[in-house]
Formats: sequence, structure tokens, C-alpha cells
Amino acid sequence: MHRPMTTETFKLGYNDIHDDVVRSIVKTGPKYYIALATAGGVTLLCFFFPWSYQLYYGIGAAGMNHPGVWGTYLASFIFWIGLSHSGTLLSCVLHLTNSSWRKAMYRSAEAMTLFSLVVAATYVMVHVGRPWFIHWAVPYPNQMELWPNFRSPLLFDVMAIATYITGSTIFIYMGSIPDFAAVRDRTSGWRNTMYTLLSLGWRGTDKEWHRLHWAYTFLAVLIIPLAVSVHSIVSWDFAMSIVPSLHQTIFAPYFVVGAIYSGTAGIVTVMFVLRKTMGFEQYITKLHFDNLGKLLLVLSLIWTYINGVELFTAWYSGTSEEYEALGYKLFGYYAWLYWEMILFCAVAPMLMFSTRFRTSFVPMLILSIAINIGMYTERFLIVATSLSRQYLPDAWGTYVPSPVEISIMVGSFALFTTLFLIFVKIFPSVSMYEVKETMATPKMEPAAPAAGSPA
Amino acid sequence: MSLFSRFMDGWRKYRKPGYYDEFDYHWTMTIDLDKCTGCEACVTACQAENNIPVVGEDEMAKGREMQWIRIERYWEGEYPNAKLSFIPMMCQHCDAAPCETVCPVGATYHNQDGLNAQIYNRCIGTRACAVYCPYEVRYFNYYDHEWDSPLEQQLNPDVTVRGKGVMEKCTFCIQRIRQAKDVAKDDDRRRVQDGEMQPACVQTCPTKALVFGDRKDHESQVYKSMNDPRNYRVLDELNTDSSVFYLKKVDA
Repeated sequence: MHRPMTTETFKLGYNDIHDDVVRSIVKTGPKYYIALATAGGVTLLCFFFPWSYQLYYGIGAAGMNHPGVWGTYLASFIFWIGLSHSGTLLSCVLHLTNSSWRKAMYRSAEAMTLFSLVVAATYVMVHVGRPWFIHWAVPYPNQMELWPNFRSPLLFDVMAIATYITGSTIFIYMGSIPDFAAVRDRTSGWRNTMYTLLSLGWRGTDKEWHRLHWAYTFLAVLIIPLAVSVHSIVSWDFAMSIVPSLHQTIFAPYFVVGAIYSGTAGIVTVMFVLRKTMGFEQYITKLHFDNLGKLLLVLSLIWTYINGVELFTAWYSGTSEEYEALGYKLFGYYAWLYWEMILFCAVAPMLMFSTRFRTSFVPMLILSIAINIGMYTERFLIVATSLSRQYLPDAWGTYVPSPVEISIMVGSFALFTTLFLIFVKIFPSVSMYEVKETMATPKMEPAAPAAGSPA
Repeated sequence: MSLFSRFMDGWRKYRKPGYYDEFDYHWTMTIDLDKCTGCEACVTACQAENNIPVVGEDEMAKGREMQWIRIERYWEGEYPNAKLSFIPMMCQHCDAAPCETVCPVGATYHNQDGLNAQIYNRCIGTRACAVYCPYEVRYFNYYDHEWDSPLEQQLNPDVTVRGKGVMEKCTFCIQRIRQAKDVAKDDDRRRVQDGEMQPACVQTCPTKALVFGDRKDHESQVYKSMNDPRNYRVLDELNTDSSVFYLKKVDA
């Protein structure tokens, strides 16, 4: 039963929401299958195939060399961790501040968090030289009584990310239980079985709602410091070294802000796509783009400030190695990338001072993609420029990514898309019960043909 | 013992290099830059002793050469008044080594001889140690390396051949140290005498620019050498507390 789309916001009944969301799960058009096949195919071809090649021949398939032992793999890892940030974090903050505009978008934002983290964790395996021994970085009791090195920021990293993945998974799952139940009541066959299992016997009693709300708020409070700590710890991988231009105390806030920045931009992109492809025009509106635009603007200003601080600290240190690294960053081999980053992440976002810009969908989409290109560049530069100019001039060098690395980078986006495409067919990608909370109680109208019982 | 004092004990121990209260030996090297001619004999000796692969032209061009000891060349002034100086650079076996703290699996650690040891079969290849090392002396196996026949016949049986994805670096020829210690132990449990063993580079150096020994033995040649007024340590301002001392070149 297709309802004609109107441009008015939330002139919907409770049932319409169920219809729209359940339709997005159950009704699968050929376009979806084409998209899934393309994304899956690209993932296999560009991600898993080059990776297997690299596993077989060794990590020399990538472009890393002697001073530049870290490359795009690590940059991509930080990028994906960063992209994961806004989802759950933003959702938690907005939940606690009772921002009702969050409710239509948070499910897909949280899914973004989860899948970015999955891609990031995969990148760790792509990055290390012997991924088949990666479990050694996890503290587990063993007969050799060998433990990982608890002083290592890389170990903190493993723990922080594992905790964050666990926390975000529980958070998105718990928030979806009432919606699983709603879908369960409107589907049949294997879907019904699946949603029966997923909804954990949800009946919608007062007690259940009370406990869900309590646990949800509890987790939201828990996840906010977690999200901040994750990226601080990722930044310590760099800041705890004594490499000039990495050894800076500003790195933890720098990374956290950068992460939220790129994550918010990522949400804008994903929301635009969802709105167009899933027919969610009524749920994701100009209001959301306006608010996210304001948030992006503030974040871009903070990010620009921290970048200034970074340059100033290097200059103020007065040491020759910091000067060298600073000059190399601004005018060296990778300088064009630096200025591209400044253009995309510091200059272009100034457009969002205009309300008209913030409420236009396509310009916001373009800007959000530009910001994420800039932020990827930032991560690449942190790795590449710093390692190229360290203490001993004899060991200076440049690092250029190899085709295998570029292919895996492209493939990681396809992997993310594939996971997301599977997600939209399993999870109700708009939180039905919370959208309903924002609506006025529907008026009784002359009986329409019944389309299933409400949850 | 109270919980607090146990904690403080642990903390004090933690602050010491490699958690040791005292090293058995404290292996140290001095390099007299006045004597170094930059002949690279040490580089070749090291390559042969430690089964270091020859990576070939293409890999070399990519900047993936492997030399546990390398001769760094620095030019001063413009031609024709240019002056060239050499500095052999290898793992400095820092007592406060940045690489040791960062390895998530503890593949690099400080042993009881004050050496910065690398356990190849524990390494998972995060390459973080190479980033953290300010001397840039850690080398990564990007591939499984092969030796063209008959070169595989000359591999040193006392040294592991490293596989792909593993970090490696100068060990101060730990296989020779172990052997010398074994001999000394069998010989009435005495200590290793000064000059009883030398790493390959020291043994090969034609000008005797390199001196190796136990810093704890105050009669040793290396102890005298490291207290030479010309001594300095590279990047000493980073407080890595390295075990390689350089004797400054004095311009005539």
C-alpha cells in the first residue's frame, strides 16, 4: 500500500511509519540487488583479492619502506575509527540532551559506527606484518604464561576498540528491540522466526519499557567517555612516540575532534543517501541537515584552531628537528596534500555560516564528502610527513602508496557499503517507536483497511 | 608487606630498564670517529654473520635496504671545500628504549645483559618499534627473502633466518655473547673476560675504531674508551640512555 509522498513533515499516522519501515525491509527491488552485487563484487575484487595477495607474498606488496614503515593502512584505520565516532557518540549525547530531532536518524548513525569499527578492525589485520598471530595482542591466559605488553599504547588501542565495538553493538541492539518486535508482528515465515529471536520476547509491557529506557540511558552515559577515550588512545599510538611533529600533547583532543568532525560529515552523507534511496523524505528533513550543519561548523572551527596550535607548538619548540618537520609539512613533498586538507576542512566549511547552504541537500552532500576527503588526507599526512623527516637526516625518505594499498582503500569503502546494505534489510533503519514519540497522537479517522496489528 | 609498599616496589622496578635491578653484564660499544674511514667492512661482516638478506636493486630503490649497521655520510660545506664525515649507525641498545614500551606483544625487551633483544617468533609486525626508534635502525622483512644458490650454503647456523612480516635489528651478535657466556660458565662459572668475544663488526674493523665490552668491568678497554673526553652519545637529549658511545672526530 503506497501512500503518496507529501513534503510536509510528520503528517503521518503511527501505522504509516510501520508500513514505511517494514516495506523498506521486506520489499526488495532489483535496484537493491544490483547495488548489493556491485558492492560485494568490488569488496571481493578490490579488498579481499589484493589482501590475499599481500598475505601470500608479504607486506612488501604495499608501498611502505624504511623511514615510512607506516602507510595508508594505518591512515585508513584512523579514518574508519574516526568515522565511527559520530554515530554512537552523537546519538548518546543527543539522547541525553533530549534532542528529538535525533530520533529519525540515530539508528543509521549507530550502524555507521558499528560498520566503521568492523572495517577499522579489519584494517588492523591488513596493517600488521603477521596477522595470523594478531591474537597475541589480546591478553588471554595461556600455558606459556606470556602476556602482552601492558605499557604499549597499541595494546591500549586493542582494548579500547574491543570495548567500543562491544558497547556500540549492545547499544544499537538494545535500542532496536521494540522495533524488532514491531517488525516481528508484521512479517511471516523465516523473517518472523528471525525477528522473534532478535526481539527477545518483547511484549511492550510497562515494565519492559521502563527497563529499556533505564538501560538505554545508562549505556548512553557509559558510551560517551568511551568514545572520547577510544580516539584519545588511537592518538597515543603517535603522541607517545618521540617522533618530531607527532610528540604533541594536543594530539588526543585533536584526534577526538577530528573523529567527530569526519563522523558527522559521514552521517550527512549517509543520511542523504538513505533519504533518496529508501524513501525517507518525511523523516529526514531540512531540520536535520540544518542542525548537523551547525554542528559541523563548530567542529570545523575547533579543528582549525587545533591545527593552528599544532603548527605553533612546533615553531615554539625551537628545535631543529621540529622546524624541519614543520617546513616539510608546509612546503615539502606532501605540501599540496596539506593545502588541499586546509581547503576542504577549514576553508570550505565556512560556507555553512549561511542557513541557505545548510538547508540545501546537494551542497551539503558535496561538502560532507569534501570534508571526509580532507580528513582522510589529514590522517595520511600525520603518518607520512612525520615519518619522512625524523631525527637523522641519513634516514629521511618519502613514502608513496602502492596500487595494492589504493585498491584496498577503495575496497574498504565497498566493504562498508556492503555491510550497510545488509544492515538496512535486517534492522529497521529508522527507530519507529522513537519517531512515534515525536508525533502528535493520530486522530481517529474513518476506518481504513487494516494492515496488521500495532506492536 | 602492605599493599602500598608492594605497589611502590613494583613501581620502582618498573622505572628501571627492563625491570632489572642490576644487569649481569652491561654490553657497550664505543666507536672512534677519528679512526673510522667509512670502509663499510663492518656492514659486510654484519651482513654475513647475521644472515641479513640482500634485498636486490628494486627493493633498494624502494628504500627497503637491510643493514643492521650502516655508515651514515654527512657533508659539510660546498665543493671544493666540502668535508665528509662518517658515522656508523646501528641499534644503540638504549636502556630507556622507546621501542620496548610500544611493542604490544613484548617482542622486543631488555635482557639481563642490558641488551635490547628482539624475539623474531613473537613479532607480529606492527612496525611501531621502527616508528618509535629515533635512530631508524630497525629493519622490516617485507618479503620472505631468498639467497641465490650457492649463497644459502653460507648462512650462519647460529642465527635465525627471519621470515616475512618480522622486524629485525642489530643484536650486538647475541649468538656470540651466548656462546662466550656458555664457555665461561663451563669453565668454572667464571665471568666472560674482556676481549673474549667480539661482534662481527668489531672483529672486522681494520682501523680498530669499534671497541666492544662489558661496561661493568672497569678494567675493560671499552670502559676506558667510553670515558674518553671526546665521548658523546647520538641524540642524548632524548634520554634514551644508549649503550653505544661515539668518540668525536677532532679536526686537526
